[in-house]
Amino acid sequence: MSSNAITIPGTQIQARPWVDELHQWLTTVDHKRLGILYILSALLFLVIGGVEALVMRIQLMHAHNDFVSPQVFNRMFTMHGTTMIFFVAMPVLFGFANYLVPLMIGARDMAFPRLNAFSFWLSFLGGLLLYFSFLGGSGLYGAGNAPDVGWWSYAPLGARAFSPGHSSDYWTLALLVSGFGSIGTAINIIATIVCLRCPGMKISRMPLLVWLNLVMAGMVLIAITPLSAAQIMLLIDRYLGGHFFDTQAGGSAVLWMHFFWIFGHPEVYILIIPSFAFMSEIIPVFSRKPIFGYPVMVGATVCIAFVSMSVWAHHMFTIGMNSYANSFFAITTMAVGVPTGIKIFNWIGTMWGGRIQFKTPMLFSIAFLFQFLVAGLTGIIQSSAPVDWQLSLSYFVVAHFHYVIVGGILFALFAAFYYWYPKMTGRMLSERLGKWHFWLFLIGFHLTFDVMHIPGVLGMPRRIYTYEPGRGWDTLNLIISIGAFIQAIAILVFVANLVISYFKGAKAGNDPWDAWTLEWSISSPPPAYNFATVPTVASRRPLWDLKHPEDPDSRYE
Amino acid sequence: MLRMKSSTVRFLAQTILLLFWSAMAVWASEPNGSSPHGTNIFAPTSTPAKSIADLSVFVLVITGIIFVVVFALLVYSVVKFRGRATDAGREPAQVYGSTQIELAWTIIPILIVVVLFLATARVIHAIQDAPEPTGAVQVTAIGHQYWWEFRYPKLGIVTANELHIPVSDPSHPTPTFLQLLSADTDHSFWVPELAGKTDLIPNHPNRMWMDPQHTGVFLGQCAQYCGTQHAKMLLRVSVDGPEDFAAWVRAQQRPAVEDAGAIAGRRVFESNACMNCHAVAGTPADGRFGPDLTHLMSRATIAAGAAKNTHDNLRLWIQDPSAIKPGSLMPAMKLSDADLDAVVSYMETLR
Repeated sequence: MSSNAITIPGTQIQARPWVDELHQWLTTVDHKRLGILYILSALLFLVIGGVEALVMRIQLMHAHNDFVSPQVFNRMFTMHGTTMIFFVAMPVLFGFANYLVPLMIGARDMAFPRLNAFSFWLSFLGGLLLYFSFLGGSGLYGAGNAPDVGWWSYAPLGARAFSPGHSSDYWTLALLVSGFGSIGTAINIIATIVCLRCPGMKISRMPLLVWLNLVMAGMVLIAITPLSAAQIMLLIDRYLGGHFFDTQAGGSAVLWMHFFWIFGHPEVYILIIPSFAFMSEIIPVFSRKPIFGYPVMVGATVCIAFVSMSVWAHHMFTIGMNSYANSFFAITTMAVGVPTGIKIFNWIGTMWGGRIQFKTPMLFSIAFLFQFLVAGLTGIIQSSAPVDWQLSLSYFVVAHFHYVIVGGILFALFAAFYYWYPKMTGRMLSERLGKWHFWLFLIGFHLTFDVMHIPGVLGMPRRIYTYEPGRGWDTLNLIISIGAFIQAIAILVFVANLVISYFKGAKAGNDPWDAWTLEWSISSPPPAYNFATVPTVASRRPLWDLKHPEDPDSRYE
Repeated sequence: MLRMKSSTVRFLAQTILLLFWSAMAVWASEPNGSSPHGTNIFAPTSTPAKSIADLSVFVLVITGIIFVVVFALLVYSVVKFRGRATDAGREPAQVYGSTQIELAWTIIPILIVVVLFLATARVIHAIQDAPEPTGAVQVTAIGHQYWWEFRYPKLGIVTANELHIPVSDPSHPTPTFLQLLSADTDHSFWVPELAGKTDLIPNHPNRMWMDPQHTGVFLGQCAQYCGTQHAKMLLRVSVDGPEDFAAWVRAQQRPAVEDAGAIAGRRVFESNACMNCHAVAGTPADGRFGPDLTHLMSRATIAAGAAKNTHDNLRLWIQDPSAIKPGSLMPAMKLSDADLDAVVSYMETLR
């Protein structure tokens, strides 16, 4: 693979080749290498966040377990949530966007390559800063101490009176730093899509993945900024005597909730829209049909983006808003279900009449459709504010959002890994290991997260390090924990597949899936400059047109 | 109550409810019949919890129907349109979309949303905007890090962790209206069989109500993460018959019992830091940071439900609170054995 990394005179003299290679990776501004760095850093944090989840699941296996202390358990769920959202889900999706968007629009790099590198390193170092709290978060405790205020750090728990020392400062700074990285990447994605499309690629011809990442990037700009503002206000409270959220000095705890969730809810869509993007590329290819209703898919995405900006307070149905506010946020939340439903129907419409090939990416995609349907419906259940007065803050909610994030986003990501790994490395992932990965993960997922709804209905609150026996929660929690370990084994199979296939996988060739978008027209892995000559496209499926000159798409669009 | 037009929907609702109840009954079965009520949201005994359970079943039925339809479509298309060996590289017909079909699956969901919203708005209004009748019992609940303070402003009672309220006869309703406050971080009052949860937020007073129609002890716990011992901030609501409640009120209104036999323990209590945080009515102890101990022995549990109120647990709790509830704000008092025994005997006189 050629490289466009800057060569610094002198380094080659005493350096061994791997140092040289490492140096090139660390200083790269190539969108493909940065994309891979995003993905690798996310995989690292995925394993760390997964271990934290397992610690919690061991602790909750039976009532009054004392595997870890309450302090450690509280740190585990805080770190697990923060890690998975900010240092796994967002970076891995940004990584795929970075890698794929320029290739799909026929560009040679992102619009701002140096900003791209800067954004990645901000995000990654933000993650390291969060984990440095284990060593450096000393304060009144005098020892290393990760934050234990929960991933949303509700005021006033994050105030100095309740969170002394520096542990929650690491949380604040990590989110602030990585937030700037996210904003940089979002600007870059927007600028790239707006300015660098190849000739013929009108916005009505962009692949849906590009469209959806454009929408996602727009949402990042709107949603991350209030979070960053809130973190700055929290720092002012903690160190400069401000009282924004300091309730003991007349500040408002509810203000923090609004700030957090006006970020937090769009964030869910920032994560799920790129997952929709993967689905909208993978399902057509393995059904051998174009996406059903392209304009409606774009419209539904834009609609989701707008409506999702006005639903945040459904996370706050229990805080005592008046009945009008509760009704408003109930109906906006239900309304999001309409465009989301359209998407599911259109994917089914894409498969309808197709010839579905059950390769591993498609298996994960079909599981995605099923699980995202369930996740959406449990979301509708909770959008009914009175029902949420019971279910909010219970394990039902935990089951619901893991259904979205694991059953939806992670399954879509696995599909994307199996689909684009050949492009990134030039080698196919093993189908045999892939099927093991799929079935193990599917079984583990359903054992854990299907069952997890029930303790919520039986009154088990989230974020408790232990529970009383005799509530009917014991057996359920044991099953949930067993499922978690099956998922962990599946992840090991996946990582093994990534490593083994990198060295021993079958050669992929340019276009192993007989696909239709521009990235499959060039070698795998692509050269540093991507396209020797900038392509010209005449339809949404340029490679279809090439492969079927007798019946090109351009005739119908 | 929701009135559904179609008898089919009602039948489905009842079937699902029945299935739910039987499933829940298996999981939530109590070891013996006299123990407290569980925390099952589908076993409501109070109007707010009942109307929520009914609404939940309604929403479950609608989402259940959507699930069955879409899931069937999904399975059908996966099975019916699977690739076959005979395809031999031929591509299927390339269909780009269909305005009619897409309009249909836009409009039908919109109609469903309208129905769901109307049902929801009705229950929101019925619960949140319910007027407070004159016979209502008023309680101020104050969340503290890892315990509950209950004050009855009209009755002059202060107690902790175990809320006593009267049963409410639907013909003469005596609902309880709670004002919810917090002394420190956010908490949430959740007794699933009596009502949905409402948060206790500093500087942001909230209100909730319940009118339980059966006597008994109902369990619940803090639902909003409030710090290290959030898990053991448990909650017991004792729903008493009218006479029992009146008797309880009279007992709680009396000052602390003065027992000459426990004078040594009282001296230990009042000459140590105990009285800085705990109050015993009628004595100099008037601390407000910890639970009021005036009628400690009238409570079945200590440490916000974390342990039964027994001699051994009391002694252990005073000697080393972290043995029961690590991270609790009660300090280990480091008393000598003699002082410890004395103060425990004093506690045991506070009936």
